[in-house]
Amino acid sequence: MQVRKTTLIAGVLAVTSMIGAQSAFSASHMKKYTVEEHAINASLTGKAGDAANGRKVSINRKKGNCLACHVISDIKEQPFHGNIGPSLDGVASRYKEGELRLRMVDSKQFNEDTIMPAFYKVEGLHRLRKQFKGKPVLSAQEVEDVVAYLLTLK
Amino acid sequence: MENEKSKLGWKLSSIALGSVLMIGAMAVEVIAKDWGKHQVDNRRSGYTYMTDETRAVQDDDFENPGMLWVENGESLWSTAGANGKSCASCHADPDKDMKGVSVSYPRYDKKLGKIITLEQMVNRELVEKMGDKAEKFDSKKMLSLMTFIGTKSRDMPVNVKIDGDANPFFEKGKAFYYERRGQLDMSCANCHEDNPGNMIRANTLSEGQINGFPTYRLKWQKPGSVHRRFKGCNKQVRAKPYKAGSDEYSNLELYVKWRGRGLPGETPAVRN
Ligand code: HEC
Ligand code: HEC
Ligand code: HEC
Repeated sequence: MQVRKTTLIAGVLAVTSMIGAQSAFSASHMKKYTVEEHAINASLTGKAGDAANGRKVSINRKKGNCLACHVISDIKEQPFHGNIGPSLDGVASRYKEGELRLRMVDSKQFNEDTIMPAFYKVEGLHRLRKQFKGKPVLSAQEVEDVVAYLLTLK
Repeated sequence: MENEKSKLGWKLSSIALGSVLMIGAMAVEVIAKDWGKHQVDNRRSGYTYMTDETRAVQDDDFENPGMLWVENGESLWSTAGANGKSCASCHADPDKDMKGVSVSYPRYDKKLGKIITLEQMVNRELVEKMGDKAEKFDSKKMLSLMTFIGTKSRDMPVNVKIDGDANPFFEKGKAFYYERRGQLDMSCANCHEDNPGNMIRANTLSEGQINGFPTYRLKWQKPGSVHRRFKGCNKQVRAKPYKAGSDEYSNLELYVKWRGRGLPGETPAVRN
């Protein structure tokens, strides 16, 4: 799906990075980041991710819950992997680290119609339940951990 | 809602059916099957996304646990209210008097100047014609009356009016359907228009049709209203639900009912 409209994606990304500095990433408790060439190249926290914890976050239904939509053959101890999105097997050979990080932070920057949630975003959301207001789905370090885990899926 | 697990927004799969059943259901999905009356053009009743086992329970009135609620509704029909009148005092032949009613609701109501759901209509009757108190959408009495009235529209085509005075409300419902909401930022369409037939964890997504409501939920061991279902789907994406009977849900119900135009009344449908 994300291949569908490369030019449009580039446009969206350009706009996003222009307005990014002022608005999109201004919530004070959120880590700032820069999008270049469809990627966020620097770690959000400055620290390396912990792949083992990333695996746990990916399974956890209240956190990443990636298995709701993706098959991940590495996680075979968990039954029922969904098929809303593509299998994540071999995803590290298809994408660079920075691209995976941007996909985790805000997948809509690849495809504005996607069902995949933005995991590190608090703005532009609407009618949140109280307990989720102002909170991203994952913390910045959890995003790093999931990225580290995805990089093991060669 | 009673079920703690399904309440957690980000827990999209709650029922672990045997994997064999699920694979069976998926295989059925792939082969373009003739769904008979349960499909109209490209629209398919939720029935067609269930497992064979669940379908068999729905198909057999002796096995369908929703029928106990229908029977309760039938006896309530002739139970007198505070003023001594019962539904039967004025609607002596419910087979005839309630025929086609449930597939034609919700409707625009002149008195209210907005959309009225069938539950609200029943409440109007309880209060104004029988001197009783209004019921909640998911009270035992309301669900019993609703399932009973629903059976009088069995196999009749869903046919709601969306023109004239109803139209602005229909348009609001439609906008709601396509609007993203909640921390997970999803619209109804993301799941029910873009992904029917796909698996979200252990659940097969359907088109989210409402031609079989109130549906009997095996998980809850009781029927549930359309608005309760809307609440559940809002909570799944970590959005603040609206109240049962809210204008937002009534408008949405009109739009969603229209999406299932022509599908047969299937109350009480059986769902996991
Ligand atoms: C609600 C469903 C949903 C959830 C939950 C979800 N994704 Fe996705 N994901 C998708 C869809 C659909 C795509 C296809 C691309 C698109 O829609 O833009 C996708 C694409 C991807 C891709 C690109 C894959 C490729 O081969 O192009 C990666 C990587 C990814 N997701 C990782 C994740 C991770 C990691 C998680 C959990 C933290 C996750 N997703 C959770 C639906 C989901
Ligand atoms: C005193 C007589 C009376 C009683 C008692 C009464 N109704 Fe009615 N009902 C009517 C009349 C007359 C109409 C049609 C005109 C109107 O809308 O008031 C009607 C309309 C309805 C409608 C709308 C039908 C349609 O086609 O839109 C429903 C549904 C209904 N009644 C259900 C009930 C139920 C359920 C009860 C018992 C809880 C009940 N009624 C009790 C007289 C009554
Ligand atoms: C994250 C995905 C998701 C979203 C978004 C979602 N739902 Fe659902 N919905 C489900 C699941 C899972 C079920 C149970 C399986 C099925 O019937 O699809 C369901 C069931 C339903 C049903 C019951 C269908 C039947 O045949 O019994 C209705 C009606 C429904 N949803 C309406 C909606 C509406 C309206 C919205 C938007 C307010 C919505 N849903 C948003 C996942 C979702």
